[in-house]
Amino acid sequence: MRYLSNTQEDLREMKEAVGIKDVCELFASIPQNTRRAKEIAIEPRSEWALMREFSELSDANKPGVAFIGAGSYSHHVPAHIPYLYSRSEFQTSYTPYQPEVSQGTLQAIFEFQTMTANLLGMDVANASMYDGASALAESALMAIRVKKKPKVALSRLNHPHYVQVVDTYFKPSGFETVELGVLPDGRTDYSKVPDDVSAVIVQSPNFLGVIEDLGAAAKAAHDKGALLVVSFTEAMAWGLLKNPGSQGADIVCGEGKSFGLSQNMGGPGVGIFTCKMDFVRTTPGRLVGQTTDKNGNRSFVLTLAAREQHIRREKAVSNICTNSGHCALAAAMYMATAGKTGLRGMAQLNHDHAAYLKAGLEKAGFRPLFNGPFFNEFAMTAPAGFDYKHEKIAQKGFIAGLDLGRYLTEHKGVFLFCATEVHTKDVIDAFLKEVA
Amino acid sequence: MSENKYPGTSGLAFKEALLWERSRAGRLAISIPEQDVPKSDLDPNLVGDAPDLPELSEVDVVRHYTRLSTWNYGVDTGTYPLGSCTMKYNPKVNEQAAALPGFTELHPLAPESSIQGALKLMYELERDLLEITGMHAASLQPSAGAQGELTGILMIHAYHAHKGKQRHKIIMPSTAHGTNPASAALCGYKPVPVELSKDGIVTPDAIRAIMDDDTAGIMITNPNTLGIFESHIAEIAQIIHEKGGLVYGDGANMNALMGYVDIEKTGIDVMHLNMHKTFSTPHGGGGPGAGPVVARDILEPFLPVPRVKKDGDRYTLVSDAPLSVGRLHAFYGNFAILVRALAYTRTLGKDLKDVTEQAVLNANYIKANLKDVYNLPFPQPSMHECIFNDGIQHRSGVTTMDIAKRLIDLGYHPPTVYFPLVVDGAIMIEPTETESKDDLDGFIDAMKTIAEEVKANPDEVKNSPHNTTISRPDEVQAARKLILKGQKA
Amino acid sequence: MKEFAELNFDKEVSYTKTHEWAKKTGNIVRIGVDDYAQSALGDIVYVELPSVGGAVNAGAAFGSLESTKAVSDLNSPVSGVVVKVNDALSDNPELINSSPYGDGWIIDVEVKGDSDFDALLKSDAYAEYVKTLEPIEAN
Repeated sequence: MRYLSNTQEDLREMKEAVGIKDVCELFASIPQNTRRAKEIAIEPRSEWALMREFSELSDANKPGVAFIGAGSYSHHVPAHIPYLYSRSEFQTSYTPYQPEVSQGTLQAIFEFQTMTANLLGMDVANASMYDGASALAESALMAIRVKKKPKVALSRLNHPHYVQVVDTYFKPSGFETVELGVLPDGRTDYSKVPDDVSAVIVQSPNFLGVIEDLGAAAKAAHDKGALLVVSFTEAMAWGLLKNPGSQGADIVCGEGKSFGLSQNMGGPGVGIFTCKMDFVRTTPGRLVGQTTDKNGNRSFVLTLAAREQHIRREKAVSNICTNSGHCALAAAMYMATAGKTGLRGMAQLNHDHAAYLKAGLEKAGFRPLFNGPFFNEFAMTAPAGFDYKHEKIAQKGFIAGLDLGRYLTEHKGVFLFCATEVHTKDVIDAFLKEVA
Repeated sequence: MSENKYPGTSGLAFKEALLWERSRAGRLAISIPEQDVPKSDLDPNLVGDAPDLPELSEVDVVRHYTRLSTWNYGVDTGTYPLGSCTMKYNPKVNEQAAALPGFTELHPLAPESSIQGALKLMYELERDLLEITGMHAASLQPSAGAQGELTGILMIHAYHAHKGKQRHKIIMPSTAHGTNPASAALCGYKPVPVELSKDGIVTPDAIRAIMDDDTAGIMITNPNTLGIFESHIAEIAQIIHEKGGLVYGDGANMNALMGYVDIEKTGIDVMHLNMHKTFSTPHGGGGPGAGPVVARDILEPFLPVPRVKKDGDRYTLVSDAPLSVGRLHAFYGNFAILVRALAYTRTLGKDLKDVTEQAVLNANYIKANLKDVYNLPFPQPSMHECIFNDGIQHRSGVTTMDIAKRLIDLGYHPPTVYFPLVVDGAIMIEPTETESKDDLDGFIDAMKTIAEEVKANPDEVKNSPHNTTISRPDEVQAARKLILKGQKA
Repeated sequence: MKEFAELNFDKEVSYTKTHEWAKKTGNIVRIGVDDYAQSALGDIVYVELPSVGGAVNAGAAFGSLESTKAVSDLNSPVSGVVVKVNDALSDNPELINSSPYGDGWIIDVEVKGDSDFDALLKSDAYAEYVKTLEPIEAN
């Protein structure tokens, strides 16, 4: 086996050094009643056979051109980014527990923390969470730690899967969620925030693509003594939109996969978590801090570890250990690559393409569900018979929006569309021809 | 010591600024596509200032990250004997498989007819993990070991709730993994410690003494964090089951069991597996990992949704499971990691038993060679890892941390230090199966050299590392004067 | 970590087995941690302090001390109401290391009666107790 390096001669010498005749002697502490009866019934493949098998699996997928976002957005990944993050030194290292041999990871994560905090207008960002959904669940738990009221108010227009993850994390503790309804323009209705919640949680742009009024959300939350938690699924939006920190958000969390990562059937992503400095000691996840070494050189270390599971054990703020470090690295590379002007340009083009697609769909008989402002996603009521056409269009290689009836029962026959910088005019025109 | 004996040298070491210190207004590293449609202006009240990000050229970005990478040590650089972390070689064909466009370009919400290959892949990986463990049902959704652990405990919690009476405690030996107490706490279970035998394992008597009908079960790591197999596991499980409890197995150490142990027969009811440990997916400097759970049939109804089902030759996603703990990931878990894991199980197959044998032999070889030089607090037979401490060196004022730092100078990543907590000053060594005898001999020699240095010149060790770009960063200063975000130069 | 012989047990204060000290002046009891605790924990990086006006109970946690590698609960030697906290510790937690019985004091508690206080260990008895403990590894 090519991943095992010991020769028969090596094995013989090692057994002699250990004082055994057969390796199975090292397994003597395993009682008979827990042993396998048979060998593992998986036939080893050669590299050739393996790649044939995987190519067949890959070919059995039909990615096509998807005009859907809903938490996973198609964006261009600049060529140098996978090239750089695939460097072995980044990819095959562990969590940076030994700072002298992991300054590369540590500085890169410090830069990631800095850029995400600046992008979102927040004081502090952590080194990442698993994905946007778990970042939201951890944010909700943190708000309850801070405000000590076992209930949060969630907009109905948070991503339904994210809400389900919050429910999963809440269930055993008995924490409650209450739902905030939707206004006619597709924004969240903040008029009915209960008095006894730790947080108001709103996604912007929301699940149906509408840009929320975060100033109003902040006022509604703070009037009730609650924190404002802003979630997002499309990080690209912050290249264009006013950041949540400047509008009063206390915690901002979301999915950073749009920055330098492929779709990969939805994972891995990179959960972004940021908050105000006041809450730093109850922040989940790892934090990298700057310090100096014994010779006065600038250096970086994991810090505030006393919050974490390996020290505080059952009183830890979270159980998270391994996070999404390598994806955070990719996201940092993307932010550094796009930079101030590039991210603005890219975000504007996302909006332009989406507006062009929306106008084309309107011509084809679709009606916008809302007239609230959108970024690169919007919901449209389909003309009669579109359900049937959806299948036919799929055979031409286009995924024509997401059927919202699967998620929000009140929106049967409504489809959620998305266009990004990769959906060029030619592609959109070809798609619209099929829809018409 | 001779100059070229160890891989560590002073090397080529570059300085590298922070990104924003390199920034120059007007530089751009990204190619923006043509403006092929009319510009659409958003309401100016919604638009913010351009984001506060550095401005760099593509060359700047490439040099920056290439230089940073040279400050890291990876498995591809050399021996990485980090105990409990299973830093084995990450096969490159796995990367090639994961980069196939049918996987990378796939939208998670595309119609089921468009994602048949991905669903089949997930289904097949579940089958492989069940074959390797002997369990009955699996979910690939958890994103890492700790989330897999949480999933397992959520399932136990949901099981007791379904039985009509929730319990409030859970038994947790001190030799369990560090994340276990925090995962249990998320479910409101109070960890109950259990006495270890002098051999460092849990005994049936100790369990019998504390297991009661308010205890949800036990969280047990096997082999435990001392590297010792819990040989009473089946009897312990029986005691737990008789009192209506369940057994959670932390599968982080599965690398010591493949081909030998049938997990189902040990009495474990649910267990997580770390794809980024036993199943060779890269650790990436802190994730992403994947922490699938495998369960016994009685817990199948509680697995997370959606689940992948096979119906004839079609694969479907099923969410209709009223007892399920629910969803843990925005979509289906870390799919691209799962691709790599399947590439590994399919490459190794039944030879996974050789993996386990050589992992255990390698650890025992290190143990045999270092036991006269370093103190071995638990001399019992151990499996894939061995735990020493600084008991001997401490007399010269040299600590475990000093030994770890000196190893860096000699070209090795240090072992895990100060864990498990049951051993003072622990030095936890897990070589994994992919290291050759030559690699191990080099590491053993380096450890012996350090032990000699401790006697002859302890300051050489105490002031190490000497060959790195930075040495002994001040963690106290980092925690007292928090700088978590860079300031513009 | 200091050797036993290097430890200083202030004669003016009384001790708990969880290594807090208490000193009574009128009905106010000043509370801190002793030389053994600060030495065992190593460099203190953060002190979690209670609010003025809050109640504390003898034997129960009222805050915590963090080093870079450990967290330790602060247990109150007496029951009463917090009347003052040492705000200097917010910016200078190292005062606990440099002056555990002086500038590194943690809170003042107003008490009713002497019963809790009288149950505490005097310095000689406490020193005997510390001698029996295994040295805690400071990393």
